[in-house]
Amino acid sequence: MAQNIGIKPVSGMARTLYRTMGLIIASGIMALALIGPASAKTGVVLAITLEPPHLDPTAGAPAAIDEVVYANLFEGLTRIDALGQVKPGLAERWVIEDDGLTYRFILRKGVTFHDGASLDSSDVKFSFDRAVAEGSENAQKGLFSAIETIETPDPQTVVIKLTRKEGLFLWNLGWGDAVIVDPASAETNKTNPVGTGPYKLDNWTRGDSIRLVRSSNYWGQKPAMDSVTFKIIADPSAQVTALLAGDVDVVPNIGAPESVAQFEADPRFVVTQGTTEGETLLAMNERRPLLQDVRVRKAIQHAIDRQALIDGAMFGFGTPIGSHFAPHNPAYTDLTEATPYDPEKAKDLLAQAGVAPGTKLVMKLPPPTYARRGGEIVAAQLKAVGFDVEQIPVDWGQWVSEVFKGDHDFDLTIVSHTEPLDIGIYARDDYYFGYDNPAFKTLMSKIDTVSDPAGRNTLYKEAQRMLADDAANAFLFQLAKVTVQRKDLKGLWQNAPIQANDMTGARWE
Amino acid sequence: MAGFISHRLMMLVLTLFVASLVVFWVLELLPGDAAQLLLGTEVQPDTLAAIRAQLGLDRPALLRYGDWIGGLLTGDLGDSLVYGIPIWDMVRDRLAVSLPLAVMAFTIATAIALPVGMVAAMQRGRLTDLILMGFAQIGLAVPNFWFGLLLILVFAVLNNWFNAGGFPGWQDDPVGSLKALFLPALALGVSEAAILSRMVRAAMLETLGEDYVRTARAKGLSISRVLFGHTLGNAMIPIATLMGLQFAFLVAGSVIVENVFYLPGIGQLLLKAIFERDLILVRDLVLMLSGFVIVLSFCVDIAYGFIDPRLRRTQ
Amino acid sequence: MRLLMSGSKSGGHLPQLWVGGALTAIVLITALVAGFWTPYPADQQSIIDRLQGPSMAHWLGTDLYGRDILSRIMGGAQTALWVGMAAIGVGLAGGLPLGLAAAMNRNGLIDTAIARGSDLIFAFPALLTAVLIAAIHGPGMINVIVAVGIFNIAVFARVVRGAALSIMARPFLQAAIAIGRPWPSIALVHLLPNIAGVVAVQATVQFAAAILAEAALSYLGLGIKPPDPSWGKMLADAQTLLYLSPMQAILPGLAIVWTVLGLNLLGDGLRDALDPKLRSLRAV
Repeated sequence: MAQNIGIKPVSGMARTLYRTMGLIIASGIMALALIGPASAKTGVVLAITLEPPHLDPTAGAPAAIDEVVYANLFEGLTRIDALGQVKPGLAERWVIEDDGLTYRFILRKGVTFHDGASLDSSDVKFSFDRAVAEGSENAQKGLFSAIETIETPDPQTVVIKLTRKEGLFLWNLGWGDAVIVDPASAETNKTNPVGTGPYKLDNWTRGDSIRLVRSSNYWGQKPAMDSVTFKIIADPSAQVTALLAGDVDVVPNIGAPESVAQFEADPRFVVTQGTTEGETLLAMNERRPLLQDVRVRKAIQHAIDRQALIDGAMFGFGTPIGSHFAPHNPAYTDLTEATPYDPEKAKDLLAQAGVAPGTKLVMKLPPPTYARRGGEIVAAQLKAVGFDVEQIPVDWGQWVSEVFKGDHDFDLTIVSHTEPLDIGIYARDDYYFGYDNPAFKTLMSKIDTVSDPAGRNTLYKEAQRMLADDAANAFLFQLAKVTVQRKDLKGLWQNAPIQANDMTGARWE
Repeated sequence: MAGFISHRLMMLVLTLFVASLVVFWVLELLPGDAAQLLLGTEVQPDTLAAIRAQLGLDRPALLRYGDWIGGLLTGDLGDSLVYGIPIWDMVRDRLAVSLPLAVMAFTIATAIALPVGMVAAMQRGRLTDLILMGFAQIGLAVPNFWFGLLLILVFAVLNNWFNAGGFPGWQDDPVGSLKALFLPALALGVSEAAILSRMVRAAMLETLGEDYVRTARAKGLSISRVLFGHTLGNAMIPIATLMGLQFAFLVAGSVIVENVFYLPGIGQLLLKAIFERDLILVRDLVLMLSGFVIVLSFCVDIAYGFIDPRLRRTQ
Repeated sequence: MRLLMSGSKSGGHLPQLWVGGALTAIVLITALVAGFWTPYPADQQSIIDRLQGPSMAHWLGTDLYGRDILSRIMGGAQTALWVGMAAIGVGLAGGLPLGLAAAMNRNGLIDTAIARGSDLIFAFPALLTAVLIAAIHGPGMINVIVAVGIFNIAVFARVVRGAALSIMARPFLQAAIAIGRPWPSIALVHLLPNIAGVVAVQATVQFAAAILAEAALSYLGLGIKPPDPSWGKMLADAQTLLYLSPMQAILPGLAIVWTVLGLNLLGDGLRDALDPKLRSLRAV
């Protein structure tokens, strides 16, 4: 084939072709570039990172469900406010009997569900019974484990008897997993949620957005926003551009901390930094002989420069922690000084423990930025004291089945424990990191029986110290909640005492 | 001919069947399951067991395979394990992004590749040819996701003409949706154009070299008469079939570009489904993508069988 | 498959060969040098020095962790070449015997089985296969190699079969077959040396494809594990830094284009130089 057949150059034709193509492409770009988005200021658009699988907070654990429905769509007997305080929700008030075991809740009058059904005490009993029933999908059955009986003497009154004293009972009832649902709609709440909140579901375009609109029959104060739209934008850089383009008004938890400086310099935006309940740990598998040795664990903690880690992975957002406790909690005690960054000491400890340089450790890293980026830095810091750390990025499916459950096949992992006041996990039998200290278990059961706050705080401090002394895990930092929002948007939560986006107070100014 | 087609058809069915087996059993190896991920770390064992049973995850693999295939044969893709809604509804929404993206990219690719390939063929060996094919070589070497990043850099970061990603949705903002697809389509289309323009050029050269074209030229027909009267039509047959195959790869290749621009398309759905262990969804999507390629190859085979009788003998 | 060939013919193949060879040689030398020297250790971090522009200390600047970008690009060359070579190795180890077997068993059961098998492999886009493998076993270099290698087995099996059939049609081989020489001897003595050229051309092209696949997988976070340097991973890290440090997104991409362009040109040039009549399947 392809002999020379001597066609003369048709450069004129070629030139025309180029010119036409160029024109078409250029005009296409120009035309599209001129089209801008229109904005309306009667509603608010949030960017959330993960799409909830469904919208029933009483079924399944994903925080993404609460981030949409909590306080907006569903309400519980109590609710947790922006400062982490327990406030009346559907229960107008309550009385705790002297025995500390009997709670009498008085429900608000005139509360109706979005479908018009009215709320009464039987709905409360139904909701809690349903949550703990066999085969229920509630991921937090533990919240209700102290309940012995639920009685409904009249439509406005619920009496709950506990089997044991539970200091956190009212707080627990404020969780998304404990919201009150209507028997008629309970089974269809996943796709067609019917709650008592100020907003109801308008439209859910899967993979894209969830839109809530104001409910006309809300019992309380009418919220300022007509609509609340949650746009699902997982990609950190896409969140940045969505903000810049005006497609979203607020990103409550910005995924790319490196973009914050840019927004701080932009007069259209405000950046706030708040607290979360997320203790970020370098968890160590204490089933491994090497990591059973407290000297090795301490060496690992001493090898970590927390500030460099926070600067490098989170661009400075985060607070160093020295134990498993949130710094904004009144019972917090700062133990970072007890385990400072000291690579020389780390090397000494390793030498004492007889750990040879070049010892291999496997570190499994789940998807969030704090873990993947933190892992790069932690691996380098551990390398500096003589460990050879293999970083294995895993998705959450692998993490749960390989690290959290099953054979616990890992040496190290980086994960943030985002549940409030969860120091009790160190008292669990066979928890994933395998910490086993009878003294700590005794301490934890003691805390449950103490009801005065000061006494509890003292014990909590003792518990924190015990974990730090044992180097139960290497404690890294408390995750920060970094919110980037339009400047004229007010009334959002700065902190995240629970994972929620309570939009009831949001307004434009 | 009938024998040829029935033989090919049998092969098609067999290949699809084996593909379904591979897809099913390979995915059985994925660690973790949807129920565990849905219920989180605090779940109690009885709850987990109940949900597993509800989702059918506790049934033997062979039965689940039977259910899946049986459903597919009756046109039922099943329900998503994670979202609990019919998979077809999810796929339909995503196709509304992925198909227009592929079509747009393909249009861009064709709009560039046809003239470029034709001009290069006619200018064979000359500077224009060298430059055009040089660009095609570079185009082959540029990963489409990197080209996407560069487009974002130029059109979204340096100039604020486009969004760096995201998709407003056809119903809310049809024009904005079109705009959101433009850069990704360009990223996909330009890479594709590099491949296509080389094919077009080669096919043109081939046809230009055939006796009848030379005869036509010898008879004194003008370049454009030869080009549009004879060459193009004949060169179009192989070009069109190859384009068909390319289109299939384009749909699959959009997985990564959808990721760059954060488009809620099939590719993104697939990655998400893998991470969420939504196995029925993953299986449907993988089989759909590979089935698409298999069926298209089948069509190309048959088309060639019509064009070239020698190929009808089974190879 | 003739349609898939390319390259200008009229004396234009030599520049391709030389340009491609030169580009590839530079990558090769870079990777070799990176084996024993880089300006800094590729994984040496210095958080306070992160995201710097080019300077005397860091010629191409530093990344998110304050690592030297030049060192990482050099290391990335090593990673890319390893993956490419291993993927070719896997492809040849499987594809060569299968292709020869298919050619000798023309239209027989083995041939058909191999043909259907490779059809099946081609039906799954390589990227998809790799994503699934990575999801099952976790990311890592081995998985990238396996994912790309499986695809290559099918590619080489086809190319080898085609090339072997065309050689077998030649008189000298017909003669060898006629005098009853055993098949292994025919394969080793006559077939292999004669198809080596075609295989080399295909290997060059698949090499380039493997490097692109590695970059794509690492970009998706399913390829090379940190802290090993990879161009694709560097691009992934660069995406959120586009506003802050656009350089991060440009350099690794240029390295990929350089390498793939070099290999593709080399492949085209080689093919034209070896035998203009032998056309190979282009990996598209």
